[in-house]
Formats: sequence, structure tokens, C-alpha cells
Amino acid sequence: MDDIAIELRGIDKSFGLVHANKDINLKVRKGTIHGIIGENGAGKSTLMSILYGFYQADRGEILVCGKQVSIRDPNTAISVGIGMVHQHFMLVENFTVLENVMLGAEDSQILNKGINKARQELKRLEKEYALEVNPDALIEELPVGLQQRVEILKALYRRADILILDEPTGVLTPAEADHLFRILGQLKAQGKTIILITHKLREIMAITDEVSVMRRGEMVATRTTRETTVEELAELMVGRRVLLRVQKGEAKPGDVKLAVQGLTVKDSRGVTMVDDVSFEVRAGEIVGIAGVAGNGQSELLEAIAGIRRATSGTVLLNGRSVDVTGHRDPAELRARGLAHVPEDRHHVGLVLKFEESENAILGYHNDPRYLNGVFLDIDAIRKDAEEKIAKYDIRPPNARLKTANFSGGNQQKIVLAREMERGPDVLIIGQPTRGVDVGAIEFIHKRIIEMRDQGKAVLLVSVELDEIRSLSDRILVMFAGRVVGERSPEASEGELGLLMAGVEGRKEAAG
Amino acid sequence: MSTPYAKLPGWVEYGLVPLVNLAVAFLVAGLVVLLVGENPLEAAYHLINGAFGRGEYIGFTLYYATTFIFTGLAVAVAFHAGLFNIGGEGQAYVGGIGVALACLWLDKVMPWYVVFPLAILGSVFFGALWAFLPGWLQAKRGSHIVITTIMFNFIASSLMVYLLTRVLKPLGSMAPQTRTFAEGGQLPKLDWLLSIFGLDVGTAPFNISFLLALAAAFGVWVLIWRTRLGYEMRTMGHSPSAARYAGIRESRITVITMMISGGLAGMMALNPIMGEQFRMQLDFVQGAGFVGIAVALMGRSHPGGIIPAAILFGVLYQGGAEIAFEMPSISRDMIVIIQGLVILFAGALENMFRPAITRAFAMRGQRAAAVVQAKGA
Amino acid sequence: MDFFHVLVVLLESTIRVSVPLLFAALAGLFTERAGVFDIGLEGKMLGAAFAAGAVAAVTQSVWAGLLAAILVSVLLSLVHGYASITQRGNQIVSGVAINFIVAGSTVILGEAWFRQGGRTPALADGARFQTISLPEADVIREVPFLGPIYADLLSGHFLLTYIAFAMVPASWWVLYRTRFGLRLRAVGENPGAVDTAGISVIWLRYRAVICCGILCGFAGAYLSLAMTAGFVKGMTAGKGYIALAALIFAKWRPVNIMFACLLFGFLDALAIRLQGTPLPLVGQVPVQFMQALPYILTVILLAGFIGKAIPPKAGGVPYVKER
Repeated sequence: MDDIAIELRGIDKSFGLVHANKDINLKVRKGTIHGIIGENGAGKSTLMSILYGFYQADRGEILVCGKQVSIRDPNTAISVGIGMVHQHFMLVENFTVLENVMLGAEDSQILNKGINKARQELKRLEKEYALEVNPDALIEELPVGLQQRVEILKALYRRADILILDEPTGVLTPAEADHLFRILGQLKAQGKTIILITHKLREIMAITDEVSVMRRGEMVATRTTRETTVEELAELMVGRRVLLRVQKGEAKPGDVKLAVQGLTVKDSRGVTMVDDVSFEVRAGEIVGIAGVAGNGQSELLEAIAGIRRATSGTVLLNGRSVDVTGHRDPAELRARGLAHVPEDRHHVGLVLKFEESENAILGYHNDPRYLNGVFLDIDAIRKDAEEKIAKYDIRPPNARLKTANFSGGNQQKIVLAREMERGPDVLIIGQPTRGVDVGAIEFIHKRIIEMRDQGKAVLLVSVELDEIRSLSDRILVMFAGRVVGERSPEASEGELGLLMAGVEGRKEAAG
Repeated sequence: MSTPYAKLPGWVEYGLVPLVNLAVAFLVAGLVVLLVGENPLEAAYHLINGAFGRGEYIGFTLYYATTFIFTGLAVAVAFHAGLFNIGGEGQAYVGGIGVALACLWLDKVMPWYVVFPLAILGSVFFGALWAFLPGWLQAKRGSHIVITTIMFNFIASSLMVYLLTRVLKPLGSMAPQTRTFAEGGQLPKLDWLLSIFGLDVGTAPFNISFLLALAAAFGVWVLIWRTRLGYEMRTMGHSPSAARYAGIRESRITVITMMISGGLAGMMALNPIMGEQFRMQLDFVQGAGFVGIAVALMGRSHPGGIIPAAILFGVLYQGGAEIAFEMPSISRDMIVIIQGLVILFAGALENMFRPAITRAFAMRGQRAAAVVQAKGA
Repeated sequence: MDFFHVLVVLLESTIRVSVPLLFAALAGLFTERAGVFDIGLEGKMLGAAFAAGAVAAVTQSVWAGLLAAILVSVLLSLVHGYASITQRGNQIVSGVAINFIVAGSTVILGEAWFRQGGRTPALADGARFQTISLPEADVIREVPFLGPIYADLLSGHFLLTYIAFAMVPASWWVLYRTRFGLRLRAVGENPGAVDTAGISVIWLRYRAVICCGILCGFAGAYLSLAMTAGFVKGMTAGKGYIALAALIFAKWRPVNIMFACLLFGFLDALAIRLQGTPLPLVGQVPVQFMQALPYILTVILLAGFIGKAIPPKAGGVPYVKER
């Protein structure tokens, strides 16, 4: 047992009704890079937060180097030699590198005493692990890659022997990611144990020694990386689910309704989220965008819907251009026939404190049929809401109930009813069945097909590959902000999985 | 995830929780009364008696309530759009200019019913103007509305001292106030309203602006729950991201909401200026803008809650005067303490007793379930 | 020479009125840099002034008065801390509440205990702070130019005045040169970084709030034990808000705070001085304009027309662990 750095036994954790980790067992060997892979929401981050003392497990044991420990807070985690590099950096932006590294490990009450020691220690670490960074630079002035390096230095400075990295490449450019991997190799060579959380298969294959796969809160398998294949991992990750076959006929694509040309979106930090994306959606077809969450699909949807500014590119709606880079007006887009079911219904698509009927007009509240002059026509609004409730079988059938009191599936139906019943030309849908019960899923899928058969152009984004495959007429795969390939829905899961993992895409791009 | 507390029945949420908070505020106030060596129950008696004991007292209570309805509504309207307008005090003060100008201009030649509408317009205009700038600065320049409105309270105070000592003061007078208005600048009392109940209003300045306050409360209800603008304000207040999705322009709503809020605060000036003093004096607002915060918090930003909350504060102000008269060691400043305690317990600490109440209800629910089970078995 | 004399007198009174602003603004610096907004500076200062006046009157000891001031102010800070840190309540609302509670109770208690219309009894010399003459002040005064500066401007202030100005480098040192200061500034910017570094966000913020209480205690004690001999109803008269304005105007930095307080104090002193005297070019400046100037300047600064005041990033937001 001497070579085990971390052992988890029967870790179990729930947040209210969400069972995030189910009876997790895991062994991580010393001096190795151990990957933990799984789709978004599989429970990877929760598990690691438990290991770092950010949350307490409901049940289970943690052993570090064979000794059972109780990790109550990050302090205990640090004291047993665990360090963590968070997905969202835990750095103070207007502090220097040195100050960030010292924070919480200052040695003495007066900074000056420790500061030179810290500086020297930082120098030593920089040399030992090839982690150059100017200790006096302000964090906010550093590029993301260097900020991450500071996070690693923070952990090393606290003498961490076990380093957890949570989705470390999510914000990095490919070059920066390659550099990170070289650093991790270096750390491993020095005897550190590294746990790498990711949803990118390519990274797992490139640098891990062992890999554990999580799916829906469970640890489903552990493999030696050399002895497994991308295909096997992809399958383990997604699972052999019963494919929800949706009855649908042949698509009859008509005119181009939505044309996206060279669309590029950068986030507030200047990181490119959508990178020169072009595609078309025709009337009477469903174009699905597959991809692991965080590869730019959300930003793409938001840019098309006019709630996020694009850096460059053009969008044509019904042949007329939409100002995606300048003045954006979602209300105007609605008037021009675009309907949008947003990914996040809790914060964007609905106002949870509103009555159902009030949410049924969100975004369409300027429509004269809901108004008497400047006044809301409450009767018309409620009548309209009741019709939709009946048509979409929303339960409980009460237009005056607060939206927060509906189940996830019924909330989603409220949004769908609102957007679909307008008879839009173009419907863009994000994560139509996220957090939706099985019964509602089938209903929602049917409605989406109906929209297509009525001649609407449908753009569908989902992280559920099954959903994309069973609904779409064409599938575009996004990886790292780019469309890396187009496939027909008949393409195998493995083939799509490789594209989503950025493996095939690289070859294609190179070849 | 987004609801840290379990759901409670409506009557608990909107009735019991605020009442518990209010009760604690009064308990602590009672302790203060004990501390100065007086009997809290006696104080409570004088409070109630002083507020309701005679028609005249009731008139005073409602006179104060009128003022607080306006300022409470002002704060509430901003709350609905997610804005904290702490500048009601300054907006009401500046709103007085509009009232004074209308009265000074026409009081000698026109009857009150001509002057009053103009004074309303004037008060709304100046109050809205004073709120427009902070709103605009937040919408366009990103300055925090709380800080800006605090600063504007002080700027208003200086401005008004200047105007009252240099500009609006009649020649030869020493007091920093306008001249006393003629008939046209004096609002009729609502003696007939009280006499329906067999009460005599006496010298109480209970005037027609009370009806305006009730109308304003109704107007705010209509605005918030029955107009497109109110819908947009509430959307923004609950969820700025949903508002963006719905194509609602944040900067436009911020500015408009602040102007409505300021207009309502400005209307407050009608009550003391045209209803009681018949002239504009220094510091006529007397902290009513801040009382509005307590009223809005207690009334949960709903006109139906604001009116009773404003009356409660009317009781405190009027009954407090009675306490001060009967119990010399308790001055009217007691009201200020209670007001602060209400803001503390109904506002900043509103969730302090919620876990306990929630637990109590969970236990009751369990027991009920157990009973059902036992019956089933 | 006459102008010089006027200037010295003006600057002398500038210092006098700046001291409570300085204490209070530095107090605000500690909580706001830790991410807890505080518009209750006014109330804390007033409560402290009352406690100082009352206790000094009863005990005839200026030190007991000072201690009481600090105690009361820290208690009020803890109420604000409890509401905004533990209960995660609205920090603005809590600050407003404290201002009212104090405004009322100082009068009620003062009247109940002393029966002098909300005042505390006038303090005898032993129960209040005395001005301190720097060595040889009287002799040096005769030296032209430097003499009056030494004797009238630098000498002859209260102990608390010298403490207030010493607090500027001291606060700077605490914030930028100690472990506590580093953590305090960090928690106001990114509490997550502090939490993951194994430091308690809650305890850290409580300590910041206590620091604020102590400094507000000094501010209040200065008002009732030094500037005047006893407490007078509502004697802070908005100084807490001016201090808040100075804090923002100084962009939350200690040395800037000193200059902002001196500037606002100078405007105050000038306003009194200029009353009724016309200025060249502009004519007579209304005293009210001078009084409003600190607030106007702060509004202009906040709007980004002169530089940009960026508050601590986590300011006003209760810390909740993210999922």
C-alpha cells in the first residue's frame, strides 16, 4: 500500500435532491498522473472539492499516503500535502504574483520578514520546475497561461505533493496547453502526484498514466492509459444508453433561413470562445451542434440571439443581416422571426419569481395582443398562457403559480411553448432537456421535430450526444471554439466522440 | 440551489415572518424604555392612546402616514427594479421647490384646486429631476446609485438652504422660509372624512393629499403589476440576465425607474408645505425619506403592505409625541430608535428568524405526516 | 504678511475639522477593503462621542471616556458585522439602521441620565483632552515664517490629532506590510482566494469590522472630549458621510485619504472663513456651495469624469461558497 498517495473509500455526497457523488472508490498511485474524465455534471469537480476540503462528504473515508484523514477545510488539505488548481483561478487580480503566492502562507505577521524568503523559494521553484514568471507582475496584467502557472506555484509553495488540476486547459490556447503538459511531466519526474480532471480525451491519452471514468456521479472504471483506447474511454464516458429513437421522416430542406459567416466571439478576458464559425440552417431541417460543454456552443448561441457581442463575422436572418458586432437588440430579432430557447432557463429563459403567465410573455411583452396601450392585458395574457398550458400539457395547469414551483420539465415546457407558439422562422435551442424528467424529454423531442416538419429552421445545441443524434438532420461538431467537422446523424458514437475530443479534428485540420 | 431557505406557506412568508421581525424590533425598543427607567407597557399605552385616542390624534396619525406612503412608495418602486434609492430625503426636499413655486405664483389669484394640480406637477418634476441624475450616472457611467443618492441628499440640503436664505425668502424676513401662502396655497382638510366616523379632526393637518397618497399607492400597484413598464422593471429587478434576454434595456429602465421613484418622493412635499405649514421651511422633510426605507422594507414593497406600514409609522410619530408629553424621560427620538430597529430586523436581519420558523414548520409537517401514517396503520 | 497669517489660521482650523474625518475615513478603509460596505460610520462615530462624553462626565476620566467610546463603537460594528457577514444581510440597510438606532438612543439615554436636553454635562479640564504645546513653541513663534508654522500650525493640537495623522502611515503599514493587511485586502477582492488558501473569510472580515469600530471610537471621542467639552445631540452632523465621501474620493488608499480629508476639511474651514467675503473674479461664493463641494466632487469622481474610483471587487457582496 506504500505507493498509494490518495485513496477514497465510499465517498457519497448529495446537494438537496442532486446526488453528485455515489459511493466513489478511487486509488491514485504516488508519482503518477491520474486522469479523471467524465462529461459535464458527472461529479468530477464535486469529488475534488471534497478532497480539498471545500465540501464535506456525507459518507466515506479519505486516506492520504495510507493514513486516514478528515479534511474539514482547505487548511487541512494543505497540511496533508494536497494542492489544488481551480478551474476559475483563485487569484487576487490586483496583487502581485509574489503576494498571491504568499497569501495564507506568509510565515510571520510582518510581511517583510518572509518576503525575501518567499522570493527565494519562488526562484527555486521556478528553476526546479521551469515555471518562470515575474514575481512582481500584477496578476491582472498576466495572460491566462501565466496566471495558471501562479496557481501551480501557489500549491508548490505550500509544499503540496499531490496536485489536483480542475479542467486546467479550458482557458488555454493549444500552445499554452502543451506547455502545461510539459510542466506536469516535470512535476511528475520530481515525484509529485497529479490528479488531472478533464473532459478532453486527447489530454488523457497524452499525459496520464492511469485514468478513471465518472458518469452521472459514479466511478465507472479505472484503466491504465497505455492499455486503453480513446474509443473505449469515450464509450465509458457516455455510456451505452438506450437511444431515445424519435419517430421522424425525411427532412425536406428549403431555403437558407439562418446563415452564419466567420463568427468570432471573445469573452471579457479576451479569450476566443467562438473561432471563425460558418454554417447555414435551412428551412425544414434540424442542425445539431455537438460538443463537450465549454467548447463555445453557448457563446455561439448567445451571439446569434443578440445577447452577447460578437467580435467579428456576419449573421443573416431570412437573408437580411443582423448586427451581431454592434447594437444588438433581442426584441428586434424576435420580431424578425428568431426564437431562442436559452440554455440556462433558471437565470435567462425564465424569471423564477414570476407567475407562469408572466413568463409566458417574456420577451414578447411588447406584442400588442398582450397590451391595452401601455397596460398589460391580464385577461389576454392569462388566456394565452392557459392555452399553452393545455397544448403543452404543463403541470400543474395553473397560470398563476410561481414559476419556481414547477418541475424542471414543466419549466422547460413553459419556455418552449412561448418560443415555439410564435411560429418563428428560425428556432435556436440550447440544452432542450437539461434537468428535465424522462417523460417530458419525449414530448419536447416530438415538438422539435414538429417544428422542423412545419418548415422551421432549427439550430440545436446539446451536450447530450444521443439527443443530437436522434434529432438532427446534420451534425456539426464544435471543439475549442471551432467547427471541426460535419457528420450525418448515422455517424457512429465513437466517430463523433473522437471529433468532440478534438482528436480527429486535428488530423482533419492538418490533412 | 438558488433558494437557500425552504419554501414557506404564503401567510407565513408575508405575514408571520415580518410580524416576528417587527415584534423583536419592538421588544428591543421596550428594553430601551426599561433602560431609561420607564415602564414599556405604559409607554405602549400612551403610544396607542396618543395615536388613536381622539379624532384629532387620528388626524395627526394619518397626516404623518400620508407623508410616509409617498416616501415608502418611492423606495419600493426602485426596489422592484433592483435599485436602492436612498435619496428619497433629498428628492422630497427638492420636490418642495415645485410646490413652493406653484403656490408663490398663483396662491393669491387662484383657488386651491387650480394650484394643487400644478403643485403636484411641480413636485414630481423637481423630485424626478433630482433622481434623474443618479439614475443616469448609474446607467451611463456606472457610478453606484447608493453612494450617489447619499451624496445628492447632502447636495440637496445645501441647495435648499441656499434657496431658502437667498432666493425664496421674502425681503426683510429673517427666517429661512418662503412667505406664508394665501388661500390658494392651502389644501382643504379632510374633516368630512373623519366626521363620517363621528370624529373631529380638530387642529390636525390631515388634508387632501392623503387621498392623493392613496391614489399614488393604487397608481404604483397598477404601474408595477399592470403595465408593460412595470413588467420590465420587475424582470430587471429579479433577473438582469433574463431582462437582457427579453430585450429590455437596462439603462433605460434604470433612468425611468429612478425618475418615478424621485417623483413619488417629491410628492411628499405637498403634505407638509400645502397641508400644514402653508410655506416652505428649512428641513421640512424631517427624515421622512429615510422612514420610507423602513416602510418599504416592512411593506415588502407592495402598496398593500406600504399603507399599513406607513400608518404604523404615523402611529409612532403621533403616539411618540404623546409619550414624550406624558413621560418626560422619553423624547420623540424614541421613534428614531424604533425606526432603526425596524430597518435592522425587517431589513438587514430579515432572515435571522427564518431558519427557526422553517424548522418549526418542518416539524409540524412531520408530525402531521406521522399522524396521517398512524391513521393509515 | 496678513495673508500669511490668515492662511496659517485657515490651515490650523483645517486640521482641527479634518481629524474626525480622518479617523472615520480610515475606519471605513478597513471594512471596505475587506469587502464590507459601511454607511454606518456616522452612527458609530455618534455613539462613540456619546459614550465618551457620558463616561468622562461620570468618571471624570478622559481615558475612561476614550475607552467607552471605542467599546460602544466596536459593539455597533459587531452588529453590522453580524448582519452583513453572518446573516448575509444587505450591508446598506444594516448601516442605515445603525445610524438611526444611534441617533435616537444617544438622545434618549442622554436625556434620561443627565437631563440636559440631550447633552452630557460640560467636562472639566481633567476629563477632556488638552492641547499639547510642542517644545519651545512660544519662543520659536517669533521666528518669521517658520515660527508661526511651528507654533500655530504644528503645535497646540490635541493628542488625538497627532494620533489621527500617525494613523495614516500606521494604516498604510498594516494594510500593505503585514500579513493581516495582505489577507484583508485579498478578502475584499476575491474571498474565494482567501478561502481556498485555508483562511477563514468570516473571522477575517470580523476583524476588519472591529478595526473599523476602534477607529470610529477615536473619531467620536475626538468630537466630545477634544473638539468640544461634552456631547451635543447629533454632533456628528453628517461627518460620517463626508468621511465616506473622502474614502471614495481617495480611491480607498490611506495616504490619499489624508489628503481628501484635509481637502474636505479645508473647504469646510474656508466656507466659514469666506462667509460674506467676496472673492476676486468669482464674487461672493455661497457658503452652501462650499459645503456641498465635497459631495459634488465625489459624485464627479464616481462618474469617472476625473479618474476612476474602483471599489474593492467583492465589496457589498456576502460570501457564499460556490457550488
